[in-house]
Amino acid sequence: MYYLKLILRNAMRHKLRTGLTVLGIVVAILAFGLLRTVVDAWYHGSDAASKTRLITRNSISLVFSMPLTYSSKIRQMEGVKAVSHANWFGGVYVTEKNFFPQFAVQASTYFDLYPEYLVPPGQMRDFQRDRKGALVGRKLVDAYGFKVGDQVSLRGTIFPGTWEFVVRGIYDGTEKNTDTAQFFFHWDYLNETMKRTAPRRANSVGVYVISLASADRAAEVAATVDHEFRNSLAETLTETEQAFQLGFVSMTEAIVVAIKIVSFLVIFIIMAVMANTMAMTVRERMAEYATLKALGFGPGHLTLLIFGESLAIAAFGSALGIALTFPVADKFGKAMGTLFPVFYVNSETLIMQMCAGLIVGAVAALLPCVRAANMRIVDGLRSVG
Amino acid sequence: MSQIAQPVVEIRNLAKSYRRGDQVVSVLTNITFDIAAGDYVALMGPSGSGKSTLLNLIAGIDKPDSGVLRVGGIDITSLGEAELANWRSRNVGFIFQFYNLMPVLTAFENVELPLLLTDLPSRERADHVNAALSMVGLADRMEHFPSELSGGQQQRVAIARAIITDPTILVADEPTGDLDRVSAEDVLNMLGQLNRELGKTIIMVTHDPHSAANAHTVQHLDKGELRIEN
Repeated sequence: MYYLKLILRNAMRHKLRTGLTVLGIVVAILAFGLLRTVVDAWYHGSDAASKTRLITRNSISLVFSMPLTYSSKIRQMEGVKAVSHANWFGGVYVTEKNFFPQFAVQASTYFDLYPEYLVPPGQMRDFQRDRKGALVGRKLVDAYGFKVGDQVSLRGTIFPGTWEFVVRGIYDGTEKNTDTAQFFFHWDYLNETMKRTAPRRANSVGVYVISLASADRAAEVAATVDHEFRNSLAETLTETEQAFQLGFVSMTEAIVVAIKIVSFLVIFIIMAVMANTMAMTVRERMAEYATLKALGFGPGHLTLLIFGESLAIAAFGSALGIALTFPVADKFGKAMGTLFPVFYVNSETLIMQMCAGLIVGAVAALLPCVRAANMRIVDGLRSVG
Repeated sequence: MSQIAQPVVEIRNLAKSYRRGDQVVSVLTNITFDIAAGDYVALMGPSGSGKSTLLNLIAGIDKPDSGVLRVGGIDITSLGEAELANWRSRNVGFIFQFYNLMPVLTAFENVELPLLLTDLPSRERADHVNAALSMVGLADRMEHFPSELSGGQQQRVAIARAIITDPTILVADEPTGDLDRVSAEDVLNMLGQLNRELGKTIIMVTHDPHSAANAHTVQHLDKGELRIEN
């Protein structure tokens, strides 16, 4: 108790210096948390991926499609529980700035494969019945104010023309990291329109989604699928949903790496600032530490006082920084709109923030502790006035 | 050199030098004398004569190059750092020129500081501190911080801190050097009282002949060598 009192009073001796150091730590820990959350948001697709789902695409590129006939062949393979398919639509809602993913999906099967999308049964029924019906995620509702019954027009880019939809349902996510910034509509609607306007593009599928009987069989089923369509006009590449999502992340890997580096750089900078603060503090108090040593206090006691003070300042700043991360991340996520469909501070980030704070406090105290512990008493006492 | 029946401090052929750049500067040469238990010794001499260095050696906060230095029968030159720290906490009470109190601790807490190295429970520590502060006349200033006390009062707190563990010797380095005449007199009276009434052995470095006049023995140092006067 006595030592704790001494540590806290020492920490508050130079209020301005301590205040500015704490402010620096708050900003650094906040920035670190925010940047880590951005990185997490980048990876959310792979994190949220199911282990029992495989994605099959054209082996050349996602740009190329596959025949619809693959569906029945895949369904008959051992280890496959269900199959559905989808196409990336890539339409524009009002202006290019309003970006959100749109998928034409096989309405009768797709949502059985994605139990994490929660749709009220009545709305799902209405969606299934209406060829022009659409299901929108909660985040799109929040961003664009969509309501059930609204007419929505999308300007096609991959599939030219103006496409009219009626919002028939709104889905929520069962998990915090479920993407609710997507727009789903009937693949049949897309296909029928293609049959009329561009017959050569009809009956083409962007990706097959395969539900597995067991996650253990993922590699085996993927190999079987790709083997089946080898030497065909559209050879396939089948991978786990997580690998498929990571493929997208790898396209922007350099940005993610840069963000990660900056996040650690911020911590390194505040570590240097904090180390300077502690070095100044200990240098000013050499006479006091020398007095303590003269009275019989050993290097362990001095280490306790210096480490304690450094950790107390770092812990206080970190706690404030962590507390502020939540409201700031919330505002940041909202400001980013649908760019980051999932944006929240996860527990791993909190642990990393806490560890960063403790490491900053410990490292900053290291050299001053060594210096105070090795100081000769007579030299320390001489530094009095 | 005076013959003393029961020396608490025995110094034989003590030498100390410092390295200044490439040069070795001798500070103390062949110092030999004893200090009896209950004695009050003043170390005097011009600046650079080595009196503070000698006091530091006796107090165990510096180590000699050669010679024998026994305090309370223990050869403190043979002790390691940790042993020496432990020995100081039990055997030496320090009184510094600039008091060297912890500015963030109250008078009570400053005096309590050396007792943290003992096994005394908090209640007993408080009793000891109350008694020590009462002895130096600061019972009503226990909760004051050093910045709220005058120089004389701060030195009295330092004296209370020095005697709190009932040490074998009290070492005082210019204890009145930073005080006005009245406060200095006050502190000297207090040291005299500790010597007379509690039998404390006091070794004091001073420039001031008036302060030295309170001592029983005055040791004069000049250029690192001892000259004895009674």
